[in-house]
Amino acid sequence: MTTAIQLTPQDTIERTLELAAAEGAQGCVVLVAETSSANLRWANNTLTTNGAMRGSSVTVIATVGAGEGTAAGVVGRSSVTDTSLRELVSAAVAAARESGPAEDARPLVDGTVGPGWDEEPDETDVSVYENFAPALGEALTKAGQENRWLYGFADHEVITLYVGSSAGLRLRQSLPRGYVTANGKSGDLSQSAWVGAATHDFSDIDPLAIDAELTRRLSWATRTVSVEAGRHPTILPPAAVADLMTHMYVKLDGRDAHEGRSVFSKAAGGSRVGEVLSPHPVRFWSDPLLHGLETFPFVVVRSSAGCESVFDNGLTLAATDWIRGGKLENLMQSRFTAALTGAPAVTPPIANYALSVDGATGSVDDLVAGLDHGLLLTCLWYIRVVDPQTLLLTGLTRDGVYLVENGEVTGAVNNFRFNESPVDLLARFTAAGATVPSFSREWGDEFSRTATPPLLVPDFNMSSVSQAN
Amino acid sequence: MPDVDASFLALPRHELADAALQRAKDLGATYAEFRLERIRSESISLRDSVLESAHDDEDLGLAVRVIHDGTWGFAAGVALSTDEAVRIAEQAVNLAQVSRPINSEPIELADEPIYDDVSWVSSYEVDPFTLPRAEKVALLTDYSDRLLNAEGVSHVTVHVASVNECKFYANSEGTSTTQQRIRIGPQLQATAIDPETGRFDSMRTLAPPAGRGWEYLTGTGWNWDEELAQIPGWLAEKMAAPSVEAGRYDVVVDPSNLWLTIHESIGHATELDRALGYEANYAGTSFATLDKLGTLEYGSPIMHVTGDRTAEHGLSTVGYDDEGVAGQQWDLVKDGVLVGYQLDRRMAQVNKDVLGTDRSNGCAYADSAGHVPIQRMANVSLQPATDGPSTEELISRVQNGIYIVGDKSWSIDMQRYNFQFTGQRFYKITDGKLDGQLRDVAYQATTTDFWGSMEAVGGPQTYVLGGALNCGKAQPPQSGAVSHGCPSALFRDVRILNTTQEAGR
Repeated sequence: MTTAIQLTPQDTIERTLELAAAEGAQGCVVLVAETSSANLRWANNTLTTNGAMRGSSVTVIATVGAGEGTAAGVVGRSSVTDTSLRELVSAAVAAARESGPAEDARPLVDGTVGPGWDEEPDETDVSVYENFAPALGEALTKAGQENRWLYGFADHEVITLYVGSSAGLRLRQSLPRGYVTANGKSGDLSQSAWVGAATHDFSDIDPLAIDAELTRRLSWATRTVSVEAGRHPTILPPAAVADLMTHMYVKLDGRDAHEGRSVFSKAAGGSRVGEVLSPHPVRFWSDPLLHGLETFPFVVVRSSAGCESVFDNGLTLAATDWIRGGKLENLMQSRFTAALTGAPAVTPPIANYALSVDGATGSVDDLVAGLDHGLLLTCLWYIRVVDPQTLLLTGLTRDGVYLVENGEVTGAVNNFRFNESPVDLLARFTAAGATVPSFSREWGDEFSRTATPPLLVPDFNMSSVSQAN
Repeated sequence: MPDVDASFLALPRHELADAALQRAKDLGATYAEFRLERIRSESISLRDSVLESAHDDEDLGLAVRVIHDGTWGFAAGVALSTDEAVRIAEQAVNLAQVSRPINSEPIELADEPIYDDVSWVSSYEVDPFTLPRAEKVALLTDYSDRLLNAEGVSHVTVHVASVNECKFYANSEGTSTTQQRIRIGPQLQATAIDPETGRFDSMRTLAPPAGRGWEYLTGTGWNWDEELAQIPGWLAEKMAAPSVEAGRYDVVVDPSNLWLTIHESIGHATELDRALGYEANYAGTSFATLDKLGTLEYGSPIMHVTGDRTAEHGLSTVGYDDEGVAGQQWDLVKDGVLVGYQLDRRMAQVNKDVLGTDRSNGCAYADSAGHVPIQRMANVSLQPATDGPSTEELISRVQNGIYIVGDKSWSIDMQRYNFQFTGQRFYKITDGKLDGQLRDVAYQATTTDFWGSMEAVGGPQTYVLGGALNCGKAQPPQSGAVSHGCPSALFRDVRILNTTQEAGR
């Protein structure tokens, strides 16, 4: 049996940097990620799968001189031991030597030892569900007794990331993240409802309360109404707004816009920075310290692409306005692309965002109360880009579309396929509520740190009816 | 046929499995299985002929799944030691015990013959991981230059993903399998920008990802020289093409587009876990529910669709699945009627009376050691007509229609009824002949209406194995690779949208 030794993250980084220097690397950045997670999945009122996983990965970014420039080699491995570390470093240095000068090459980010550097990785395990699991069992039993069906998933993970570099950087950050997403259906499967939420530790998640909300929504379907496709006044709750805005967020690439191949490109050349996108006081921003949505406060990049550069690893992230007062303020920029495109600031992507409308207050219920006739969505699904020029998206409504009449929900209607652009929606919405933490139905498992308001769109394009329920 | 990589065979597969399985049995598990997986992946990207990134990853780990007191328990880790294997087995049993109160269906598995220490390797010639990176980048730079230097091309992106997947599986019934699969997904895209209007559009290569090695990039299985020479002209024609008039048209769909429609409207719809509701909270359910087996008219009587884990170069092709079941081929839709599903061992056992079989057809798969096996898609393919027509003959049967080539945007609802797809190129068909490209085209339909409108399928000479590397399913999310073969096919009276009008412009 193997005698290989698992190193601590700190030792892995120090030894990697020594080995890289010995191999002749000009510089080196090391990312060590220690992960643990535990999940429960249920369907048809019973458990279907579960899991508890532990992972460990090491990414080595070695740099070498390449002609007039600098080349980078990136190699990642899981399950790295004292004996396999040498091969990993050699592979990264060799990869750098096989590559030409990197156009995004910049001096590695300077730094010192950050807080908590010496601490061990944080972990999670199935004990996070100590209170949740019994309550879930109670909810599943109750649903069966009341002729309803429950389906869902609960996941909790902790990532502890260590970043070290030959320029002196020593950073450690631990990020917990959990979420639950739950679907309820009527006994005959003809009606569906959904609730999703993000959490840090499941102490604030009550399966019985989720079941109660699903039951409330299913009760709205006592009356069902067929509605034709067309442009309808439509209330998008925060989850649906996040479904759409995440697509806009990932298209804020400054280089693509500058090159003329993005919805944020100006027809005459250059980007639309400075252009008013909305007549409303819309703010769309990211901040690694957003309360409740905290994320890594420094750049973490394992592969250069577009506005992200491996040379920027460790760069301190600051709050960034993408849109302010309805005007496009910034696009995402690495140090390289900022210089390439003439952007006034280096504004890398940040793994959270918030959308707000200055002065907007109230909830979905308040928007419903103010609507004479229209639709209320629950969430959206299978959203894809149809036309990058306009950022036209297609997708479907899911798990509850409701008819609003005279300020009240009066029944459930069929599902729809939509064709809409989130950039256009910012110009067309006519009312908004307060910004709250939201959980995108489609992208929440990947990008859950979002806060959005509900919006009323007077002419949301329902392209066709979907029979799905 | 190549051998399994020696460095993987050198890992202590059997020792780790024995330790884990024995510990699980000692703790009372009635069934246990062990996986040791090593997945090497490489991603190379060029932007305007400059290397943008090259990333080499290796994910190595081990997993144990048990049935304890009728309940699943799963755990995974990374340290390759017997201590860790034992710890994971204990954790899996612990998770089953914690989960027992919320499980109301005792787990039973369909029987499968025992395969004792067998090996299987996919069909390829050159493992991409044996070549110097510089050699690979040089070839891709050459391909990129050919596009970038052409008139009218403003930008070119290149991306090649390569995977070498080695997997060892052993269960408490006595089966143990060792397998190696290679897959590769190359894509080059040219973008044109009109400097006066700012309008831009793109055209990409149609080479599907495949269960092949690096030889795929040098001419085996795809003619790169020919396609790269044609793309600039196609792109220029698309930029100058008229916008489509929305309406209903007869359409001839090329295999380069139809594979994706098959994936979404047949492949996912015939997954039994979806039909049973296991995916209801995530990817969705299926209109093709179990009560419709043998009666649902899925499409026209010429429709014959198979599930297949054995097709050469298929991305979902295996020797044995992740429950130790041997690869098979079977019918899903025959003469236009739903006749089968994709199964794993649990679903086969529970539903054997309705299915008419008590054997899994081998569709269990986990995308890494860190994930539990779930029911994943086989290579689901539309069969061609023996002595069937060519694509040109199909086009000749259309008076006023559209010929659709290549996939682009795709979306379908959570029960697999309503879909909308776009493509790379759309040709107007007038009086049985191609009449120049159109732009801003999408087609939208309901699954059974669309397949019911299929009037003819092409012959074997039109058959192409398409596919995807990144099919998503399950919670936590897993990524699967799958191929779909199909001929060209003719559909009558399909709704065509103008995407510019859909955007309100």
